[in-house]
Amino acid sequence: MPGNHIIVGGGLAGLMTAMKLAEQGEKVDLFSIVPVKRSHSVCAQGGINGAVNTKGEGDSPMIHFDDTVYGGDFLANQPPVKGMCEAAPGIIYLFDRMGVMFNRTPEGLLDFRRFGGTKHHRTAFAGATTGQQLLYALDEQVRRYEVAGLIRKFEGWEMTSLVLDESGDCKGIVAIDNRSLEIRAFPGDTTMIATGGPGLIFGRSTQSLVNTGSAASASYQQGATYANGEFIQVHPTAVPGEDKNRLISESIRGEGGRVWTYRDGKPWYFLEEMYPAYGNLVPRDIATRAIFKVIYDMGLGVDGQPLVYLDVSHIDPAILNAKVAGVLEIYEKFVGQDPRKVPMKIFPAMHYSMGGLWCDYNQQTNIKGLFAGGEADYQYHGANRLGANSLLSCIYAGMVAAPVMIDYAKAHSAPTNGTRIYDQEATRQREEFDKIFKMSGTENAFGLWRELGDIMTANVTVVRENDKLKLTDTKLLELKDRFGRIGLSDTGKWANQEVLFVRQLWNMLELARPITLGALNRNESRGAHYKPEFPERNDPDFLKTTMANWSSDGPRFSWEAVDTSLIPLRARRYDVDTSHAKAKAA
Amino acid sequence: MAERTITLNIKRQDSPQSASYWQEFEIPYKVDHNVISMLMEIRRNPVTKQGKRVSAPVFHANCLEEVCGACTMVINGRVRQACTALATNLPSPTTLEPMTKFPVIRDLWVDRTSMFESLKRAHSWIPIDGSYDLGAGPRISPDVQQFGYLFSRCMTCGCCLEACPQVNSHSKFMGPAVMGQVYLMSQHPTGKMHEDDRIEGVMGEGGIEDCGNAQNCVEVCPKEIPLTTAIGWVGRKATVKWLRDLFMR
Repeated sequence: MPGNHIIVGGGLAGLMTAMKLAEQGEKVDLFSIVPVKRSHSVCAQGGINGAVNTKGEGDSPMIHFDDTVYGGDFLANQPPVKGMCEAAPGIIYLFDRMGVMFNRTPEGLLDFRRFGGTKHHRTAFAGATTGQQLLYALDEQVRRYEVAGLIRKFEGWEMTSLVLDESGDCKGIVAIDNRSLEIRAFPGDTTMIATGGPGLIFGRSTQSLVNTGSAASASYQQGATYANGEFIQVHPTAVPGEDKNRLISESIRGEGGRVWTYRDGKPWYFLEEMYPAYGNLVPRDIATRAIFKVIYDMGLGVDGQPLVYLDVSHIDPAILNAKVAGVLEIYEKFVGQDPRKVPMKIFPAMHYSMGGLWCDYNQQTNIKGLFAGGEADYQYHGANRLGANSLLSCIYAGMVAAPVMIDYAKAHSAPTNGTRIYDQEATRQREEFDKIFKMSGTENAFGLWRELGDIMTANVTVVRENDKLKLTDTKLLELKDRFGRIGLSDTGKWANQEVLFVRQLWNMLELARPITLGALNRNESRGAHYKPEFPERNDPDFLKTTMANWSSDGPRFSWEAVDTSLIPLRARRYDVDTSHAKAKAA
Repeated sequence: MAERTITLNIKRQDSPQSASYWQEFEIPYKVDHNVISMLMEIRRNPVTKQGKRVSAPVFHANCLEEVCGACTMVINGRVRQACTALATNLPSPTTLEPMTKFPVIRDLWVDRTSMFESLKRAHSWIPIDGSYDLGAGPRISPDVQQFGYLFSRCMTCGCCLEACPQVNSHSKFMGPAVMGQVYLMSQHPTGKMHEDDRIEGVMGEGGIEDCGNAQNCVEVCPKEIPLTTAIGWVGRKATVKWLRDLFMR
């Protein structure tokens, strides 16, 4: 008997898992708020890493592994990262075989470019819209299995909660149809959360409107451990906007783009000067802090604004068009200037969460039968993610999880106690929505969201100060209180987006607490987590994973040791070269 | 001095079967606004220009940077993505309407399932043997990649169907987008092996024969996909296949 699996989220991680399951004849119910082809994975621009080593550089998965662990400031458990780097070349080949129009070399081989935090050209790319092409390839394969009757897509459905049995094991989900507002329970032998990051908690970010972290938060509130939530990546180069901060890919720097500002009337290429070994391709946390220092500490923002230049005007437009056209197009369409002629003006933006639902090396969370993958998990990127490793970790998570989900389903197939647990959870969710429909206060959910985003961006992104973190948590509690005084503008029962958003807002407020308090508890600086009061990395006290468990009084924290058995610790510096090769030679 | 504002005149419809009606909203102008950010602004205080408290207009959007295809709508009579409709370039009042070639779910949100069904009919995928490791794929020339890549950017937004006169309530025409995908699949050596299957999928009722060569599609595609090249190619392939099938009987 094939298993029946639920996947929540139709991005790269969710679709890869779905394809791997269906390929083995398993049945899959795939849930996505938007048609899966519109998932946030499409926004990924620069490329996917794999040490294919066709550039004559002597690259290898071991070097990729070292670059990743080092880039993550040694916080990631090392064995899964090694597995990911070893699988990477095969993953790239697979997507090539699925038809992704990767850029090619003159000999017709896959082309690779250089990305942040490495000296090797190992990023395969399709223009500068790689996430789009990878997602579309999986979307096509999943459609093939849909036609074959193995995958059912519930697009326009949003998970509200997990269905847990008396032992606390996950037996499915409850979801709501965003048009009819029908609430229904779905049994599943396994469930995977692949819903991406929580960018909307920060208001404006590089993320899409579905990235509220709502499903991860719901799982956390039902007992799933949330790990390393405080590790939030702020991408150095984005275009600030009213509705979102639009990403300008690291691949721009990979193709020779230079970051600069004016100092004493002359262009100052500050990343190149501060970090001679990696220059403009230092990892993102390093670049972001440098930009903050130049703007806020030195007062050198362009025209006195919080902006610096990212310049490709010195690069042959033909090369730019062949390799990064999609990104330049975004700048042109939203700013109205041509980056081929004038330098782009950019500022850092919240971009990615290294933290997420805790899972073991098989992607299974602490709730039996519940899995997590993609940005929604915490496993691969430690304290800072290298560019072009996210597309990789999403796909790898799917490869790892699928066989384990199949085995789990075989061993735990029948749902306990018939339909009672499903009816109970569905009823509970209907009662929650009935409560929302009765809300008639004076607060507006979207206004509260603006306040949430503003304070999280101000206090929980690049620079963390304990006083401000405490203040932030106080504000979160205030927002939770004011949540109770929300009044709906839309009380209709058809396609009511406000009611759905009210629920998402609550989940954002809940998840913001382990993120904020995790940062408060971590009195060191590591990777993307920078606390000037404790400016150094402190391995004896903090080389450990932050684990947060929900309680009605707030997150309960515990810690787990990190597996550093494969690569010995060393200091993380990008001004000089302390890469794997040099470390071995020493 | 009065604050500069933009007036949005929005065509609303409460449900698929109900009648449409218009509502005006006035939003303070900001240089970074686009249609979606203005619709998000309305959500914070949904009051019409005339002062009536209403439910905020419902819209479909996700990426906000023109790569997901969600926010297609008709703005000042022209179909386009709403996120790249910048306030700096819009007149006041500006009119927002849902697309007409797809059933309305509510307000500006329409149902484009038909486009995904066309992709199923066209078998728009490469039938790989399996996802296990089979080593590297085939070599592809950079020129083929550069041109093929253009078609891989199709985000199923629906602009081309909205603009196409052959897509209407009297016809089953699948529209231009799927033709671009059929062409794309044949740019990859493995895909080319199964070209016949896809060409067959876009022949017959609602297929390539329904294209009337209006060439509106290339005018409105937000990604400037060379759709007419694909349509011409599909047409020739379909003709050859039809003749071959005829004489093979």
